[in-house]
Amino acid sequence: MSLLAVENLHTHFIAHDRMRRVRTARALNGVGFTVAAGEVLGLIGETGAGKSLTALSVMGLLRAPATIVAGSIRFDGRELVGLPEGEMNQLRGNAMALVVQSPRTSLDPLTRIGEQLARVHMAHRPATREAAQARALEMLEAVGIADAASRARAWPHELSGGMAQRVLIAMALINEPRLLIADEPTTGLDVTVQAQILDLLRAQVAARHLGAMIITHDLGIVAHYCERMAVMFAGGIVESGPVDAVFAAPRHPYTRNLIDSAPDRVQLGQAKIRAGSPPDLYNLPPGCPYADRCPRAQTLCGQAPPPTDFGAGHVAHCHFPEEVSA
Amino acid sequence: MNVLEARGLTKHFPGPARGSLVHAVNGVSFDIAAGETVAMVGESGSGKSTIGRLVLGLESPTAGSAVVEGRDLASLSTRELRTQRARMQMVFQDPWGTLNPRMSIATLIEEPFLLHTALSAAERAEAAAQLAGRVRLDRRLLNRHPAQLSGGQLQRVAIARAIATAPKLVVLDEPTSSLDLSVRAEILDLLAELRHESQAAFLFITHDLGTVRLVADRVVVLYLGSVVESGPVAQVFDDPQHPYTQTLLSAHLPTDPRAPLHRHLLEGEIPSPLKLPPGCAFAGRCPVALPRCSEAAVALHKHGEGSRTVACLRVADGGNRLNIT
Repeated sequence: MSLLAVENLHTHFIAHDRMRRVRTARALNGVGFTVAAGEVLGLIGETGAGKSLTALSVMGLLRAPATIVAGSIRFDGRELVGLPEGEMNQLRGNAMALVVQSPRTSLDPLTRIGEQLARVHMAHRPATREAAQARALEMLEAVGIADAASRARAWPHELSGGMAQRVLIAMALINEPRLLIADEPTTGLDVTVQAQILDLLRAQVAARHLGAMIITHDLGIVAHYCERMAVMFAGGIVESGPVDAVFAAPRHPYTRNLIDSAPDRVQLGQAKIRAGSPPDLYNLPPGCPYADRCPRAQTLCGQAPPPTDFGAGHVAHCHFPEEVSA
Repeated sequence: MNVLEARGLTKHFPGPARGSLVHAVNGVSFDIAAGETVAMVGESGSGKSTIGRLVLGLESPTAGSAVVEGRDLASLSTRELRTQRARMQMVFQDPWGTLNPRMSIATLIEEPFLLHTALSAAERAEAAAQLAGRVRLDRRLLNRHPAQLSGGQLQRVAIARAIATAPKLVVLDEPTSSLDLSVRAEILDLLAELRHESQAAFLFITHDLGTVRLVADRVVVLYLGSVVESGPVAQVFDDPQHPYTQTLLSAHLPTDPRAPLHRHLLEGEIPSPLKLPPGCAFAGRCPVALPRCSEAAVALHKHGEGSRTVACLRVADGGNRLNIT
């Protein structure tokens, strides 16, 4: 059984415009994926595809006007959609944890980092202050911060970006979660620091047998740090499967285009790459959302594409999936 | 002919404490010839953006000089510098922040013609429309405002403004970092095309090594405000000499799950630019450093045939190779 199973998730932004008419942005339209314990899933897609919104939906962190209108999120067999806020609070930061993109703005600037870690621990465990502080030091050491005792007394502004990201990872892991979601954990960090952080994440996933999901727009991270990947476009997963299989034979034309756009694969002057604006979420086309940009679109694409299974869990939502990799 | 000659460029900023100095750029020299693209790579705080500003005269150097088309920028009067500015332009990372949100796209693209040419209003509109075509910007967008365009479209507007006056030197400071992959590929494609047409000198500042390989002829690798290695892109990437270059390249993740990773992970953090170490800035984190690496500044030396240089004492005895597995 999967640790996390998201099925047919629809998250919409529902608001009134100036004429008091209801306007609905269909930001997530039937997202489905699973994460098993001990594996890393890479969720990839371009800006506005709904990657972060998926993470917020799973963590129960949506704020109005965003709301889940349909679908199911099961964590360890337990349905999270509709779970009372109090029960959700017991899970968050405890059995499931989120590492966000901007480490500096996610730490309380007026609290020393050791104290922040200890607070998260005491919120979920019956630990004394001394025990919580000892645990905080232990976690700082576990994420590779040298001289943890003195670093614990540092203020957030005294940390470099890479150091702050380590502190957030330590905070996410302090209560031994079973599911870790990292939203662009290394965007904005230098490549050498990125390597350190990703190695750390992977080591922790292996050592603690966690289920993890890395949200990124960097194909290199997916290629080398994830076992499986899910490609998002316009609020839906267009293709998912084992990383090796998807890279070797992408079945959805959007995935193909994305992989061909990577700087170390692109051929300048060949005009193979298609970019374009993502579809209008207020007015999504009835069929395949990629049809407007797709070189292979035909009349049939006006209808919702069915999933096609290529074995080993490699699935693409496209009417003409065979032809893509040919 | 060299369009840009940077000689011993140095820039110190006042530090947080009284009398302290941030040593942002420390004696950087390089040339860019007409039609050539030089990539400047390094991590945050390595001084690459400051160098971009120095070679355009947006900052004045503490020491050293930036010579553009044979004229030292420091020797120019304000009026002369203004004329010269039409011949050297910059494209910034964040197109949302560089374009006035209250101006229409047409006005934004016409602005360089208004500032630097004597064209009439009708001629300016015509030139702007032509320019929009050159950067492949849909003409229907000309009546819109920046908030109505996507990031990729805005970056095309910024590029159109930069090339409007046919500059001889263009500095691109992370022009594609904020863009999605497919949009990024399109912008790089456009830049490559413009480069062939214009024969201008391009300084491409980036931290993305994949992009460097794609767009640049030569690469300059910076660490803590100093050049540690430079040379033709293919040579530096295939056979990096400086331990820092080797580390940097080893951290790059190719977008192919089957490509093996050869990693050397760095220990520690980059030293503070407030207090530069006396010798090689990388010595404190370098696995092959010798005591003498930390004693005195290490100069750039020519390496092999051609235009390669490297600043490492261990190159001479062959001990510069990291054991990367």
